[in-house]
Formats: sequence, C-alpha cells, structure tokens
Amino acid sequence: MKAFLILEDGHVFTGTSIGSQREVISEIVFNTSMTGYLEVLTDPSYAGQAVTMTYPLIGNYGICYEDMESDRPWPDGYIVRELSRIPSNFRSVDTIQNFLEKYDIPGIAGIDTRALTKILRESGTMNGMITTKEYTSLDEVIPRLKAYTTGKVVEKVTCRERKVLENDGLRVALLDLGAKRNIARSLHSRGCQVSIYPAGTKAEEIIADRPDGIMLSNGPGDPKECGPIIEEIRKLYDTDIPIFAICLGHQLMALATGADTYKLKYGHRGGNHPVRDLETGKVYISSQNHGYAVDTDSLDPAVAVPAFENVNDRTNEGLRYTGKDIFTVQFHPEACPGPQDSSYLFDRFIHTMEVKKHA
Amino acid sequence: MPKNPSIKKVLVIGSGPIVIGQAAEFDYAGTQACRSLKEEGIEVVLLNSNPATIMTDKDIADHVYIEPLTVEVVEQLIIKEQPDSVLPTLGGQAGLNLAMELEERGFLKEHNVRLIGTTSETIKKAEDRLEFKSTMEKIGEPVAASLVVESVEDGITFANKIGYPVVLRPAYTLGGSGGGIAHNQEELEEILANGLRLSRVGQVLVERCIAGWKEIEYEVMRDSAGNCITVCNMENIDPVGVHTGDSIVVAPSQTLGDKEYQMLRTSALNIISELNITGGCNVQYALHPESFEYCVIEVNPRVSRSSALASKATGYPIAKVAAKIALGYTLDEIPNAITGQTMASFEPMLDYCVVKLPRLPFDKFISAKRTLTTQMKATGEVMAICDNFEGALMKAIRSLEQHVDSLMSYDFTALSREEVLKQLEVVDDRRIWVIAEAIRKGIPYEKIHEITKIDLWFIDKIAILVEMEQKLKSQELTVELLKEAKRIEFPDNVIARLTGKTEEEVRDMRYANGITAAYKMVDTCAAEFAATTPYYYSVFGSENEADAASSRKKVLVLGSGPIRIGQGIEFDFCSVHCTWAFSREGYETIIINNNPETVSTDFDIADKLYFEPLTPEDVENVVRLEKPDGAVVQFGGQTAIKLTEALMKMGVPILGTSAENVDAAEDRELFDEILEKCGIPRPKGHTVFTAEEAKKAANELGYPVLVRPSYVLGGQGMQIAIGDKDVEEFIGIINRITQEHPILVDKYLQGKEIEVDAVCDGEDILIPGIMEHIERAGIHSGDSISVYPAKSISGKVKATIEEYTRRLARSLHVIGLINIQFIAVGDEVYVIEVNPRSSRTVPYISKVTGIPIVPLATQVILGHKIRELGYTPGLQPEADYFAVKMPVFSFEKIRGADISLGPEMKSTGECLGIAKTFNEALYKAFLGAGIRLPKYKNMIMTVRDEDKAEAVEIAKRFEALGYQIYATKGTARALMEADVSVRLTRKLEQESPNILDLILGHRIDLVIDTPSQGVEHSHDGFVIRRNAIETGVNVLTAIDTANALVTSLENTDVKALTLIDIAKI
Repeated sequence: MKAFLILEDGHVFTGTSIGSQREVISEIVFNTSMTGYLEVLTDPSYAGQAVTMTYPLIGNYGICYEDMESDRPWPDGYIVRELSRIPSNFRSVDTIQNFLEKYDIPGIAGIDTRALTKILRESGTMNGMITTKEYTSLDEVIPRLKAYTTGKVVEKVTCRERKVLENDGLRVALLDLGAKRNIARSLHSRGCQVSIYPAGTKAEEIIADRPDGIMLSNGPGDPKECGPIIEEIRKLYDTDIPIFAICLGHQLMALATGADTYKLKYGHRGGNHPVRDLETGKVYISSQNHGYAVDTDSLDPAVAVPAFENVNDRTNEGLRYTGKDIFTVQFHPEACPGPQDSSYLFDRFIHTMEVKKHA
Repeated sequence: MPKNPSIKKVLVIGSGPIVIGQAAEFDYAGTQACRSLKEEGIEVVLLNSNPATIMTDKDIADHVYIEPLTVEVVEQLIIKEQPDSVLPTLGGQAGLNLAMELEERGFLKEHNVRLIGTTSETIKKAEDRLEFKSTMEKIGEPVAASLVVESVEDGITFANKIGYPVVLRPAYTLGGSGGGIAHNQEELEEILANGLRLSRVGQVLVERCIAGWKEIEYEVMRDSAGNCITVCNMENIDPVGVHTGDSIVVAPSQTLGDKEYQMLRTSALNIISELNITGGCNVQYALHPESFEYCVIEVNPRVSRSSALASKATGYPIAKVAAKIALGYTLDEIPNAITGQTMASFEPMLDYCVVKLPRLPFDKFISAKRTLTTQMKATGEVMAICDNFEGALMKAIRSLEQHVDSLMSYDFTALSREEVLKQLEVVDDRRIWVIAEAIRKGIPYEKIHEITKIDLWFIDKIAILVEMEQKLKSQELTVELLKEAKRIEFPDNVIARLTGKTEEEVRDMRYANGITAAYKMVDTCAAEFAATTPYYYSVFGSENEADAASSRKKVLVLGSGPIRIGQGIEFDFCSVHCTWAFSREGYETIIINNNPETVSTDFDIADKLYFEPLTPEDVENVVRLEKPDGAVVQFGGQTAIKLTEALMKMGVPILGTSAENVDAAEDRELFDEILEKCGIPRPKGHTVFTAEEAKKAANELGYPVLVRPSYVLGGQGMQIAIGDKDVEEFIGIINRITQEHPILVDKYLQGKEIEVDAVCDGEDILIPGIMEHIERAGIHSGDSISVYPAKSISGKVKATIEEYTRRLARSLHVIGLINIQFIAVGDEVYVIEVNPRSSRTVPYISKVTGIPIVPLATQVILGHKIRELGYTPGLQPEADYFAVKMPVFSFEKIRGADISLGPEMKSTGECLGIAKTFNEALYKAFLGAGIRLPKYKNMIMTVRDEDKAEAVEIAKRFEALGYQIYATKGTARALMEADVSVRLTRKLEQESPNILDLILGHRIDLVIDTPSQGVEHSHDGFVIRRNAIETGVNVLTAIDTANALVTSLENTDVKALTLIDIAKI
C-alpha cells in the first residue's frame, strides 16, 4: 500500500506503508546509526518523534527481544529506505515488519531517506505526517503539522511504580525519565542494587531511601517542559549524594542549577560523535540522541564547568559540578546502540560513590 | 598534540613491484601520505623499486629513488640523504619487513633515525605469531587454538592434538603466500613444508580451523594520545576459508546486530591500544555464525588493501590521516577533508552499501586451479556503491570486465539439480553464479547455506536478482517493473536480452518515463553535515544531488578499471597525470573509474569522481548529467579505448587522436594501406575469421606464425604456432571468449624487439627514448626485460625507428601518445604493432628520461605544439645512464598456472634498475625483482634444440661462476660435447631420484627450461616448472633472460650501488 510522508514545509515523499496504517503527526528526526535499529525503536527518548534511519537497509538481522531498551517501541513513526525481506541472525525471533505491526507503529519505506535527511539538516528538525491517505490539497494538513508539539512526554515513558534490581553492592537510585534498560544493567552488572523511581517521585522519597548515589536517566522531549521534575532535581542537588546524569537528566540538572538549554537545529542522533574530555584532552566516540543542549554561556563556574565537548560543533557534552560529587553527560555511556567507549564513566560513578561512602 | 617539530625529513618506503597480494593500494596510500607530508612542509625522500607508480613521481616526493628494496640499499640511502625519520607503514609488508630488519640490526639507532608511524615493538607484537598470541591472551582477546611451528614434525604433532582440518599461516609473507587448509596429514606435510620455506623467519602457524565462520574486518585508527576510532567494518560474503582479498566483501557489515558489531568494535579498539599503534590498523575476525564466540585472525599494523577499500568505501582518507598522526597530530586536530566541518576523530557513517569483487586472473591462466583458498590469487578488485545491496553487486559484476554483466553470465543451466549441489561445494570465483543457478533450480536457501556457509541474507539477495530475471523473462515490461529492475541495477542490455527488446527500446522507455540515474554523494557522515567533496555514485529512483553546473570547460577522463595482468597500475599513472594536466589548463576534470585501490579514485585527484562501472550505459548516465566538452580515452588502457565508439554515439568529442585513426591502427587492411603508403615493412600477415582460413594463411606465410585476436591488450590469446594443429587449438581458445573482431595471423620474425612511446602534435613528434628488449621477439613486451637507452642497435636502426615513428604518427593523425613496437633483424626494421594511445612503458620512460610525456601529450591534445612547449622535436638525446625494467611475476600464487613466457603477458608488475653502467642497472633490476643469487650454486638446464648452441655458452659462464649444472639427457649431451662439466639427471617419468627430487631437495638456485614453441605436448616441462616455482626456485624460460642473468651475476662485485635521485633527472 502507498504511504506518504508530508513535511510541514510542504515536501511530500511517496513510499510504501510499513507497520500500522494509521495516520500520525510527529516531529521528524534522523538517526545515523548503521546497526541497532531495535535499540533505537525501543529508546524512550524517541517518544513524540518519528525516526528516519539514514542507513538504507534495515531489519537485516531481525528482532531479538532481549535487545530491547524498554518494554515497547516509542517513536510515533518509522521511516526507512528499505526493510529486509528476510531477517538473518541466530538470535532473531521475529521480523521488523511484524514488530512494527504488533506495536501499531506506522511507517513508510522506499523513500529517498538521504534527500529527507538533507532537508532536515538544512531546515532543521520539523514536523511531519505519515499517512496512507492521498491528500489532494495540503492546505488543511500543513497547519495541523505546524501545531504539533511533543509536549510532556516524560510522563508517558516513565515507569509507573518503583522497581528494584536486587544486588548486594552500592545502592543506586535511578530516576526514570525514560531510561534505557542498559543504564540500570550497566550499574547492576557492576554490583549495584538499582532502585528505579518514576519521574514524578518526590526528592524527599528518594533521599529517605538513603541511596549511595543517584542516577538521572535519559528521556524524551524539551527539558523545559519538565518544570516539576526540575524542582525535585534541585533538591537532590542540594544533598551531598553523588549524582550521575545522562542526556535529559544532564539537561535537567543544568536547568535546576540556573543554567539554560536550547534546541539544536537538527540534533545529534547516531553512534559516531566524538566527544572530548576537557580534563584529559582524550576523545571518545559516543552514542548520542538529543535535540537540546546546555548553553555553556549560561553556566556559572561557581556551580558547574564543562567537562566534555563535542569535537565537531563544540556543543556541550558534559558538566562537572563545582564542590559537588555531581557529574553529568549529554551523550550515552550506556551505548545500545553504539560504541561502548565511554562505559568507564559508570566505573567512575561507582568509584565516587565508594569514596563518599567510606569518607 | 601538535606536529612534532623535530621531524623535518622523512624517508617513505614503498611496496615495490605489483605482485598478487601487494598491488596498487600501496601506491594510493603512499601517494596520499607523501602529499600529506609535503602539505606539512616535510622534505620527503621516497624509495620504491616500482617505476609504474605515481608515488615515484617527482611531483609527489622531493627525492625519488627507484632502487631495489633491500636493506643494503635503504642503509646506503639513509647515509646519503640523512633523513631524521623513516615511515614504513605505507609500503605494505615489504616496507614493514625492511624497517624491522634495519631496526634489528641497530642501524637506525646508530644513525639517529627514528621509525615514525609505528614502533618496531608494535610491528613485532602484531606480526610475530608467538608475541601476537601472547599479547592477545594478555588482554583476553580470543585467538584460535594454535601453535607456531618451525618443523613439519611439530606441525603434525600439534594437528593430531587439535584435530583436522587445520589452517596453516606462514609468518611474514605477503597475501598469505604458502598458506592453506590441510584436511589430513598428507596435505599438512605438503603445505607446511612450503610455508616454512616462504616465511622470512621460517615459522608457520598451525591453528584450529574456523572455516565457515563469518569473516569480519575492522579498520581502526589511533593517535599518539590514545584516541581511537573505527573507520568502518566490512563483512566477507565468503566465510572464513577464502582469503579476504579473494572474497566478495560488503561494507558495512549486513548480518551483524549492534551487539555483535559493538563487541568486535570494542575488541578492535582494545587491540590497537594494547599494540600501541599510531596510525591505521586492520583487524580481521572470525565470528561464529550462531553464537557470540569470535576469534582474532590477524592484525595488520599498517595500511593495507582493506584500508584502501575502507577509504574509498567511506571517503575517510586513512593513509593521509595516518601520515599526519605519524607527525604527531591527534585525530581531533586533523580536519575531515570531505566535510570540512568535522574532524578525523568522527567515525564515518554510511548511508549506502558497498560491494567489492576480486578480479581473478583465470582468464589469463587457463590451466590454473580456480579454487579460492587462504592463498590470495586476485590481481585486483572492483568496488561498487548503491543504496541497496543487489544494485551494488550488479554494478560490481559489470565492472569486472570479464564478459560478465549479470548472474546469468556463467551458464550453469545445463547442470542437473544434483550437479548443481555438487558444484556448490566448489569454492571458486563463480560461486555466486552457481548459487543463482541453485535458486533457479528451486534448491532451498537452507540447503545452499548448509553447503556454502554463506549467510541466508546474501542468498536471499541473490534470489531477489534471480526473481527479477524471471519476471523480466515472463512478464510484460511495465514502467513499474522497469523501475524496480533499474533500482537493483539491471543494465539495459540485460533487460533487453530478457525481454526480447532492443537495448535502445529499453533506454527509450526509461527516458520516456523519467527513469534515469541520480547521483548521491559519499560524504562520510550520512548527510548529517554538508559536504563539498564531489565523490558520487549512482542510484535509480532517488533525487540527484550532483551539481553539473560549471563555469569551466569540462573533460571526462576514463579510468582503466580493475588491475589485471596486461592492464596494470601504469594506466592509472597516465589517467592521473592527464587529469592534473587538464586541471592546470583550466579544465574541470571528471573521472569515472571503479578500482578502489588506485590513486585516480582518490576524491581529491579530479574535480569530480564518479565511482561507476565503465560500461557504455554507465558512462552515458554520467555524460547526460555532466555534458562534458570532451573525453580522453587514450590514457585509460583498453577499458577506455573500448568506450570510444559509445562516447561518439553520445555526441562526446574524443579529444586527441580520432576514433577513426585508432581503428585504422587496429584494422588490418587500413593499417596495411597506411604502412604501404609510408613505405614501412611489417611481417607478412593475414586477417582471418575461421580456423580453416587461419591454417591456409599460416601455410602460405610459412611456420612459425603468430596467431592473435585483434583488439586485445597484454597479448591475450596470442600464441606462436609451429603447425596446423597449434592453429586449430589456438583458434578454439580464442573463440571461447566472445570474439567480435577478426583474428590476425602473422609471420613470426625472430629479431630484436624495440619499443618507443612518442608524443605527436599532428606535425612534430617527440620520442623520449628507444627501449630495447633483452628477450627476442615472441615474448610479450610486458614480460621482457626492457633497456633504455637501446644498446645493441646501430645508429642507422635508431634513425629508421625515428623516421618510421614520425611517418606513422603523421599518417594516423596522432594527437597525443603513440606506442610502436618494432622488430629489428640486422639493419632491417619492421613494425609489429602500433597503438595510438598510452602504453605500459609510459611511466617508466617518463621517469628515466625526465620528460613528462603524459602532461605533454595532454597539452598537445589541447592544441599546444611540441616546439612551443620548449622541446626540440624528434628523438631526444640519450641519457648517460642505463635503466632496466624487469618484469615481476606472481606465479607461486596461482596453482596450476604455466609459467613459461610467450606472446601472452603473464607478469603482474615490474621494477627498475638504474645505474651508470648497464651491468649495474641489470644487477639492480634482478635484485629488485627478488632474484638474489647465488645461494647453493646448483642449477638445472633443460633447453630446446634450437637453444642448445647458446645454452652451451651460458652454461660455460655459469660454470665459471662456480655453478654445478644438472641437465637432462639431450641438454647434458650438448654440454658435455662442449666440455662443460655437467651431471646428468633422470627425466620426470624415470625412477627416483630424478629431476623432480633434485628440485624438491631445496638445493637448486635456478632452473633454465626453455619449452619448445607451439603447443607443448609433453607435460614434463610444465610439472618441472611448477614444482620449481612452488619450491621457491627461480625459473627462466627464455635463453635471453638466462644470458642477462649470468651477465648480472658476473658483475655482483659491485660493492656500493650508486643511488640515483630520479627527481634530479
């Protein structure tokens, strides 16, 4: 069946419908990872967005449920050049076609994803619609596209109740803003007991559980939509509990301590971005997925200083909080998908917690 | 970390002659690295024995030495030039081995020269089997159970312990020379003995067989600060068991999930860090297809064939970045030249699929075994890019120029289902065609996978292509079907064949429905950033992003496709220099080529690079978009020449010599007319079409005759016939290949073979020099030792040659280059071949005379005159030194190939010896070709009757050098009659010990075996020559070569070789 991708600037791409055939309006973004389509699909940070894969051949190794980064796929829509006719991998248990249908994710295949990526790169991230309906006029569609905002998506993706991954090591409180599973897994596999809290949890509740450290996760949407969460995070900042934050968590900590964030033209989504550790000068290839960044000009050095920067565009990639055991990064040390080069940051967090505990 | 200021003068070591396993990729890497160093203000000294390369050009380095790659030469060069550093990681294994030897001897330390790019500890850790294994064990990286052995007995014991089959890998060899898989003790003994001998250190690794696992490679970069990135990964479609150089390779990997991809990526980074590599490195893995188990197969701590492929596949210039890292820069300080916005520490992301196919030489070596093993056999490769796998595979197939354009080109339809199943077990270059046939026969994917171990995903892709064939055959050609066929890159001619339409009809239908090729950019970043580097590939069904607008005149330069025997790197040299010359004249230059190993496909050579097959349709697609003002075909070898007619039909003016005149040189009757008009004699001959006509012609001319197809390069299919039977057999072989052109039968004259390259501006000619072949006519010019200046012909002959060249160039209205081959019999000069285009000898003669003939020819093509360019027309004054070009062969790599030389070219590369005296030049040339004698001073002679008189003289000279000569009956008798002390050896069919035992005894330096002309009806000579080659014995099959060798050996007292800086000529 024919499907269409209509962008708010009036571009229309014609392709084939994949997954669900329902019509959807969303923010269109692109991801440049060559592998890891399932991890991308199940990353809660994509809630409220439709993802374009720039790599043209998707679905080659099928679906392996244990690679899911959350319970379900989150993007509103999925845009690819070509879906593999058969999956081939020893762990594959399903096809991507079935997966998209099962979770009712609408998508479009067979379009020139490179041309689409160039539009998004030149004009910036924009909204669009995936539909199987053939509109004769876009006059009615475009205003609807323009009106779309991702809104308060964190509420949608966070867990409903507190969960605990038992272990006998350090006790970490993970505030789930839309956490990828590998964050908890990375801590758990290093011996930590991980308590996962819904995003709306009050700071007092977390503090009362007396964790050795607090982990703020990644998550979707505009950080400034997270007003109440920011207030709670400010309270966490005021304690002396070591905190490590990733992506949205990093942005929220910045906002909570007086800094500002802004929207990037088309974001960083992929597994190849070099980030420089400003302390050592060393460069790591990182997994990234963010549309907003912390404005370094807004930083008060008495509060926080840049710890990492993006080698390509020099945007902020991490902060070290002055006089605090707080360390936050914009990129994804938990990888999945993408390079594992920065997984050492979890070790560093554990070290910080240990030092604190035995101080 | 910025540039290290103490590095001011760097010696770069090249890789030497092109052999199988070490080809043009090192010219690409070396050229890029030298330019990168010069960009930084470094004074570059270059050493490489290969004159056909671009890197040995004075434009590329400050000091150029085309000298043998031996430790003695490097030492002398270091003393002479006093570089502060040596960069050894760009010259392949040859460069690395030399650096190791220098370091081990303590020479570098003694002369305050440091190795940059990598340390000797790193090389040792990566290359020494034992050290590598213990390093991997230390960091927990798995390697297959293995043991380094230094004797056959130890190998047997270990193999019995781990069980057969076992893989054997000799240490420090090229392209896996001497390696293989042994399934039983007998095979083990044979392969191991051979491998031990070929290894520089006498070590062979015996390891657990992981054949059938997925073979995955990662290209990794690391700087001195420890920053690492992967440039890309690649998946071999052929599972472990086939050398990666002979495998079909796809980039990026297609069947690996993120978990597997990242697991191996992390491993590769751990390895490069532990080995402390600074620069580029290639890590090869075997990945179990049904688990996460993997093992590291090999690490190459240098640029390699794979890194050239990765560079072209991603746009990331590995060699350039490696050179900058060697100078001290870190990855985050080096800009990415493609985007200009990102840094070299950004990992490339592909938004397309790349397929590489090997170019195998089985069309040249008809008797050779086609089987593919861990011993590389390919002479070159092609690469294709598309937004889908099927399309990339289809494009790669037609880029091969092996009469293949689809999965129907090797016809297995006659096989029964059972036979196809049997054929699937054969691992050779036609395997994907057999799989296609298996799919046509309805054999299930699982069955095909079970036999071939090729991943189901690839089998399904082949099935998609087969299904399309069937749709085109059975359905009406609708616009939708045509679109889909073009999306997966079915060429128009194949669609035409399958649908019963003409190619024009298919094309018209495409144009009428807007189904045209669009071009996408290779930008390293999947369109995330704006890139300006115009490196393009075609797709159907997408938006075009190549900008054809230009304010300058445009010229299209056609490349020469894959490196193959007969059409090698020299045509890339010509294409690149022509491109640069057009640029200097203010033209916008556009290159179309498909060879990932070469300099011409580096994105910063031409203004635009289209990485495409070189077929009329693919070229036309580019022409429709770019509308070039002209095209040059005379520099791209036969590949480009073949496109002349098609280009003219497209309305593209051919710059330089017109197509009619190219034809006139090839068309026998037209050519005869021209010769007659010019008063130039040629050996008598006839043009025929059938075997009957050929025999008639031969008898009229009198045997021996030369039989050959017209329109071929490298003498393909050319043979000397001494009787009717030979003629019949040869015509049969010629007709096996599609033959649209007539066959030539010429009287065979035995004389001195002379060759010239000349530039003609329509009036005047310029001959840089006359080259004389050591071997008599009858051996292909590419396989002959060539001497400049010609030393044994008279002034009269030289004058005649100059005059004939002038007359011919004028009569053929040559504008640009012309290559003429003559035979001189006494003072009589005959013309045997005229090619109004560039030739194999162009780079060589340019370098040794210092006359840049490609740029000159280009300027002439653009209307300049030789006189106004500052040259006096005619034959240029001779140099006061000698330059000897020596062919280099790769016979030991191709099992079953006959090594005897004849009119069909067999060499893969060449090296140069240049010196003040002929003897020293000759000595250097032999040294450069790897012939280092004497060792044991034992030799075998077995010559044909006509050579016996000369053989006696040669034998006497070898005897005087202290050689013990062994000979078979006939030759022995002739030698004894002349009082040469000779030991009689039994013939092959006689009981042991016979001639074969003698060879296999590893005490023989040399075999001189001149086979009788015509079809050799005895198999003995073949067996002797093969066994000698595989035992590492030098074999000469022409009496003149033997004569040259003994001359060279008589002059080995040359203590210090004189080193000549070519850049100063």
